[in-house]
Amino acid sequence: MNNTGQELTDHKMEMLIGNLLRAGVVAAASVVLLGGIIYLFRHGSALADYKVFQRGPSDLRRIGGILSNAFSGHGRGFIQLGLLLLIATPVARVMVSIFVFARKRDTLYVIVTLSVFCILIYSLFGGR
Amino acid sequence: MNILIFTILIWFGSIVAGFLGSLTGLGGGIVIVPLLTLVFGVDIRYAIGASLVSVIATSSGAAAAYVKEGFSNIRIGMFLEIATTVGALLGAFLALRLATPVIAVIFGIVLMYSAYISSRPRSKDISADKPDWLATRLRMKGTYPTPEGLKSYSASSVPAGFGLMFIAGTVSGLLGIGSGAVKVLAMDQAMRLPFKVSTATSNFMIGVTAAASAGIYLSKGYIDPGLTMPVMLGVLLGSSLGARHLFGAETKKLRVVFGVVIFLLAIEMIYSGFKGGILK
Repeated sequence: MNNTGQELTDHKMEMLIGNLLRAGVVAAASVVLLGGIIYLFRHGSALADYKVFQRGPSDLRRIGGILSNAFSGHGRGFIQLGLLLLIATPVARVMVSIFVFARKRDTLYVIVTLSVFCILIYSLFGGR
Repeated sequence: MNILIFTILIWFGSIVAGFLGSLTGLGGGIVIVPLLTLVFGVDIRYAIGASLVSVIATSSGAAAAYVKEGFSNIRIGMFLEIATTVGALLGAFLALRLATPVIAVIFGIVLMYSAYISSRPRSKDISADKPDWLATRLRMKGTYPTPEGLKSYSASSVPAGFGLMFIAGTVSGLLGIGSGAVKVLAMDQAMRLPFKVSTATSNFMIGVTAAASAGIYLSKGYIDPGLTMPVMLGVLLGSSLGARHLFGAETKKLRVVFGVVIFLLAIEMIYSGFKGGILK
């Protein structure tokens, strides 16, 4: 009896996570597309050069800089914002799982999920 | 070439890569890096960044479908993600330190391995006769839908699976690919999970693994918006088209063709790595 109850919440959790993933990808792709259109309108006729690796402007490499760039209407800033949303989608998925496991009083997996979450946050803030 | 033409060409190339990748189950990311470096002359660091982002997009998109079908095991996935994310961090740090020709050669070797894995006939599901102590402690079991109804399974050899997953994560973080081939090896061969469960769970894990190195890539300038935009949008479109034709009759032939293409790309990557051509 106990087992069926667990299966049911497992299934609900899976549906929730599935919807979250899809929503994140759709939102990210829309923002990237919008930014892409702005970018191509402004810079489409410039020369494409990716032969030599340059670091790129530092404000497109940090979360704060990306936000301020996007909100001042820069195409490249918008694209980076969309990519940031995309990277955040699996992170959000892990975060939701922490709460789901906590609600099921599954301490072992709360710890497991929390560890994964910490590693992701560490990376997202530049791995320092 | 101006940016508009360049973007459109890369977009088309990425659609094809995503389509073939999802049709053959190898993932679109695996050909993105050779496509960008060998065909478009892009620096491998930009290529790896763009590829990694497209891996997150396709994995999350596909995982949404898999999770709903009930094939992926969230507990097993989450536990193994400790190994893959730590590995991914290590991979990203290695990517920052290794010379680009070295990365190109490693990439070529991994490509060959993936081509080999995909060309092999799928091994029969061997269910574990006895779950090991750790698998029982960690409750690594579940059921999955089959034509004959729900079937139950449990994992074995958790430490071996965990170790292989760490390697999978490192490869993913170093090369910007999903390294699904290594993940499936860990769960199929080592942990003895049913094929559909290991494929779905591996897909479920790829996004989280890639996200662990993406943050570092972003802060080091590997993710260029102008280049990543057409790659991500193209691969996403291509792979969702590919997923719709999943049960087509020609899939087997396409797998062989794609395998050969990957093999040739692998040789070219290794050659250009040794020549140092990619370094420039």
